[in-house]
Formats: sequence, C-alpha cells, structure tokens
Amino acid sequence: MATETAVDVVMPQMGVSVSEGTVTKWLKREGEQIEADEPLLEISTDKVDTEVPSPASGTVTQILVQEGETVAVGTKLAQIGGSGAAAPAAAPAPEPEPEAAPEPVAEQPRVPVAQPSGNGKFVSPVVARIASEHGVDPNAVPGTGRGGRVTKKDILDFIEQGAPAAAPAAPAPQAATPQPQPSAPPAQAQAGETLEPVSAMRRGVAEHMRRSLDTSAHVTSAIEVDFSRIVAARGELKKEYEATYGVNPTYLAFVARGTVLTLPEYPYINGELRGDSIVTRNYINLGVAVELQEGKGLIVPVLRNAETLNLLGIAKGISEIARKARDKKLMPDDVQGGTFTITNPGGYGTFHGTPVINQPQSAILGTYALVKRPWVVQDELGEDVIAIRPLMNITLTYDHRLVDGAYAGRFLRDLRERLESWEGDGG
Amino acid sequence: MAELTYLQAISDGLRSEMRRDKRVFLIGEDVGVYGGAFKVSAGFQEEFGPWRVIDAPLAETAIIGACTGASMMGMRPVAEMQFADFISCGWDQLVTVAAKQRWRAGTPVPLVVRLPSGGGFSGGPFHSQNPESSFAHIPGLKCVCPSTPEDAKGLLISAIEDPNPVLYFEHKHLYRRIKAEVPEERYTVPIGKARTHRDGNDISVITWGAMVHTADEAAQQLESDGVSVEIVDLRTIMPWDKAAVLESVRKTSKVLVLHEDTHTGGFGAEIAATIAEEAFEDLDGPVKRITAPDTPVPFSPVLEKAYIPQVEDVVAGLRELAEY
Repeated sequence: MATETAVDVVMPQMGVSVSEGTVTKWLKREGEQIEADEPLLEISTDKVDTEVPSPASGTVTQILVQEGETVAVGTKLAQIGGSGAAAPAAAPAPEPEPEAAPEPVAEQPRVPVAQPSGNGKFVSPVVARIASEHGVDPNAVPGTGRGGRVTKKDILDFIEQGAPAAAPAAPAPQAATPQPQPSAPPAQAQAGETLEPVSAMRRGVAEHMRRSLDTSAHVTSAIEVDFSRIVAARGELKKEYEATYGVNPTYLAFVARGTVLTLPEYPYINGELRGDSIVTRNYINLGVAVELQEGKGLIVPVLRNAETLNLLGIAKGISEIARKARDKKLMPDDVQGGTFTITNPGGYGTFHGTPVINQPQSAILGTYALVKRPWVVQDELGEDVIAIRPLMNITLTYDHRLVDGAYAGRFLRDLRERLESWEGDGG
Repeated sequence: MAELTYLQAISDGLRSEMRRDKRVFLIGEDVGVYGGAFKVSAGFQEEFGPWRVIDAPLAETAIIGACTGASMMGMRPVAEMQFADFISCGWDQLVTVAAKQRWRAGTPVPLVVRLPSGGGFSGGPFHSQNPESSFAHIPGLKCVCPSTPEDAKGLLISAIEDPNPVLYFEHKHLYRRIKAEVPEERYTVPIGKARTHRDGNDISVITWGAMVHTADEAAQQLESDGVSVEIVDLRTIMPWDKAAVLESVRKTSKVLVLHEDTHTGGFGAEIAATIAEEAFEDLDGPVKRITAPDTPVPFSPVLEKAYIPQVEDVVAGLRELAEY
C-alpha cells in the first residue's frame, strides 16, 4: 500500500530569538491540492507575520494545529501527501497487520528549549518543557525529589502558587536578572472592562520594549530642520518618480537618504555594544518602523545595504518593505540584521517624541510633522527677517553607554546641514 | 450476570462460540475425553461430539498445522497447547506458514491458539513460561493476555472472530484464583484496546496478565504513602494500545513497566522504548522495568518466588520512582 511520501509542514523559525508562532489563517483545507511554494497558511510570531509556503506538491492530508493556536517552533502543523487521516477502506475479511489504535497523542512533537541549569541540578525532560512553557527558571523552584531535584509536581505547584516570590522555602535563587515573566494568575475582568488575549506580536513588542529600556541608557536630542530645499526638490521629482517608477519620493525617503549619507562619519551611531566589544560596520541596514493595521502592532522591516541606494532606491525600498509588512509577506530576512532605525510618528502631527531603541542597535531617529512656522532667516543684505518656512523636528535617541551627547550633537548638526542644503541626490 | 472464575469464563466464551458457529472446533492434547489438562473443555466432547472436540497426538506441529489448513478452508479452529511452553514445537507452522499466509496469498488464517502460560505453582522451566514477546515480534500474529474473567471471555470471542492467527495467553495462576461477575450473553472485548485497571496521578504501571493483580496489591500499599498509582492493563500486547499508554504517561510522567516474562527483549522493552521515543518530554524520571531475570523459571518455590516479580518488588520499585 505505498502512497506518496508524506511531507511535514512545521512551524518555521522566524528569527533566532523566536520560539513559537500562532497560526492565524489556513489558506487550504484538508483534502485540497496544493503546489510546492504555494501559500498554505499565515502565521504570526513576535517578530513577523507571514505566509508559510507548502514544502511540496500534493494533497493537504492533515491539519494539526487550528487557527488561533500558538505552538513551538518545529511543531508539525500539517502534512502534505501520504495516506494521512483517510485510512484505506476496510479490507474484506482478514486484516493481516495488527494495527494499534490511532494515536493522536503521539503527534505533538514539541521543541524543547534548553534550560539553564546554573546550580547543576538535573532537570528532567518534563520539567524542562513546563519551565519553558511558563517562562520559569527551574533553578528557582524548590525541589523535593532525590538530591533536591525539581519534580514535575514541584514546578506545577510553584506555577500554581503564582509569582516566584510566593515560593516560601526557595533556596536563595540567584535572582536571574530580569525575572522571567511569572505566570500571572488569569486576569479577571472588572465591571465595565473587557478582556482580549495578548497576541504573539504584542507580547513580542512588550518584551522587546521593556528589555530595550532595561538595556540601553536612552537619551534624546532634537533638531529643527528647515525643509525648504527638500520641499522644492520633492516638488520637482514627485511627478517624474510617480510616472516613471511608480514611487512616491516621501519626506521620509529624503531623511533616510540624508541619514545614510551622514552615518559613515559616525560609526558608533550605526554600531553596537556587544559584550566587551564595540561593533562598527561598513554597511547600513536601515530599519523602518511600520505600523500594522490600527494598533495591531509594529514591525521594523530592514532595507539592506542602504548605503548602496540613491534617493530613488531608498524611496522604492521603503515603499516595498512597508507594503510587504502590511500584506504579511515579510520573510525572516526582511526583519533581521538592522543596524539603525528610523521611526516616523509625525504622520498625525506629533512634533516631538522619545522612541525606544531597537535592540541591539545603538540609536533610533525620529521624524515628526512638517509644519510651516515663522523662522528667522537672513535676507540678501545679511539682515535678520522673519520668513515662513516648512520645518520638521528630528530626534536622535541614542544609547549613552556608547554614544556621547556631543557625538550625537555633531551627527545631528551634519544631518541638518545636509537636509537644509539638499541638492540632487542629497550627496 | 454470573460469578465465574477466570477458567470458567474461558470455557463459557469457547462454549458460546461453538454453540453459535459450527465452523468453530477445538483440538489439543487431552481436550476431549479428559476435558483438558486444566478442565477448560470439561463436558465439551459430550456436547459437541468428537469431531468438534478433537484429541490430538503429542505433536504441536501437527495441531497447529492442521488448524492452519482448516482455517484456510474456512473453519474457525481453536488449538490448545497443553502448556504455552510447548508452542515452540509448532513455531514453524505458526510463524512460517500461518503468520505469513495473508501476505503470501491473501488467504485469511482465522485460527486461535490457546496458551496456558505463566508460573507461580512450581511448574518449573517447561511449564511456567510467558513467551508472548517472541510472538509479538512476528508480523501477522496477534497476542492477547486477559487478566480478568470478563476480559477472558470477551477477548476469546474476539480472537475466534478475528480473521488472523491470534495467540490467546491464559494465565494459569489466575484460573481459579480470580472470580468476578461475567455477563451471560455474548460480548466481545476489542483486540488492541487497553483498560485502565486503576486510576492514579503519580505513577503509571503498564502491565498485563497476572501482573495486573500484583500491581494492584502494590498500588494499594502505596496509597498509604500518599502516592497515587495508575494501572494500565494492556489486555492485548500485539497490537498494543500505544495511545492509552502515552496518555497515562503524559498524565503521571513516571512509568513502571511490569511483566512476568524475562527481562531482555521482553515486551516491556518495546513499551519503554516507545515511551522514550514519543513521550520524552513528558518524563519526570527514568522508565523503570520490573520483570523476571534472564534465566529459565526455577522449580524451587523459594527460587520461583524470587524469580517472579512479587508485590514487595513492585512496591519497592514504585517507592523508588515516587522518591525520584
């Protein structure tokens, strides 16, 4: 009874730090045909929302994880080909092969997350799994097993009791720096409140924001930039870019191009503090923060080697990655490896902000609303006069562990001069 | 419902099938006039006649060979090995012919071999063995090992109905020791389905046959320690109910596999390996086996007691797992 070979579809690894993903939508049903590379389902992780293409052509024989479920990376989601659930029709009289009953339980492989065993105590497989599922450090759990080993019951009791602090006789756990999220008691809605589950992306954003503030020494400096020349340049280019390339040369693209031209002289701003070393680079992978549908989350796709792109290339690149982010077409590579980030909260008129650094980078640039303001300029005789100028505030939030205020100030000065004296491609 | 011994339940099941289906006949050494070495078929020859309750010569090859041929011709033979140990003489007919016939020629071989097995009564090396794992290893054979009167009847009827060769291991030690209510009407117990003999949360014992009762006594002792033991009675070891075993392991995370057969290559090894393979991340301790040692079964009552896993051995094993 040979059938075509079964191919498993598993939850992909969408970035090194991602350990689980949520199935948001199945694009095929059991029994439907699918071609290799055709999208099979959509998933959401704390890094990226994307489609998962089918690894093979054939029939979708089994769907094992339902929409809305969150599973570990590597978990089997579906099977393409093979005999699947549809058993061959009962043979006439004899059934030669003794078959055990179907075993749904056997089909939930889980990927273990290695647990630190700081104090050298043996952590059994089930304890390791429960610890990783609940984000608990097994070393913080008082053990009652042989030699003080943490038993399954110990860790389940520990989790049930709530916060690690509630454990009475914990043998002085070496407080792991940021205490892993204790499994909080289930939230209860008070009168007038409604509860909604936290999505994988929201959880990822929450963890990253908190970790960033716990890691970097955030300092923000701001400049006011006269955009007169850029407004003029954009006016000239807009028609041509749109007609010829279908690209809108946004102000963000100008700022990004100006930034890319300025960064090489300030390698720490495009650098990283990594352990005992300072990392600098001869390339710029420019992250651009993109908001997904209202409040659904934020993602930072990356424009790789932005130093090789001119204004048109950058404008085009930003519009492409933003579209991919909104259509959930981003691939893992699209969100990894950024070296510097620009965020643009000015769309709604905001004139100032203090963004959070995208770890492990060392700085983030914020662009704000372009507004016409009275501005003191010099007339042709060198006299001060008040003019109406389009102005934009731009902030640089930097990690003061690596970047000093004067260094950041010089970067901002150079950026401002470059933007205010814009010519051609900005160079 | 009538209260029957394990042995009476076997007789009852066999009689009900012989009354119901003329194709069913019994063949074996002393099964007719004498009524069987253990009296399972007492009165059968009187009721069904010598052509359906056949006294065979001392030749297991002939008995199993005849049954294989008869089953291929549409009969439903039930062979009795006087002792399970003697089945080795019929190995070739059973393993080379009966087990493979379905694959070679597509012919069903609906035969049942009844195997009075197990020790505990100083039967010595030739009358006490539990050879189920040797046959569980042979594709094409099914092996059932009932532990209660109710299952003894229901599994025998399922075995007779089954279109494949089925080895029916009936434990001699249980014959007259175990007594329970057994439905009078005809019923079947599905082959391949385990039964939770006892519900528990802390440790799973996976076992079958007479060891179910040993495990039960041990579990009762552990209750006073506050340890709750679950007992899964496999009932059938081929095909075995993997899903039920894994479900129990996922609940308790600690497992004791218990059998009366010898250690190396015993069926417990297959179960332990499967648990390690498919429930690794649910384990909170090593998978423990308690079995007979790798020697023949001794005659001496003292030695036999040391050989067959006793309640104390199981209690000690369970305590060790509980404390792990």
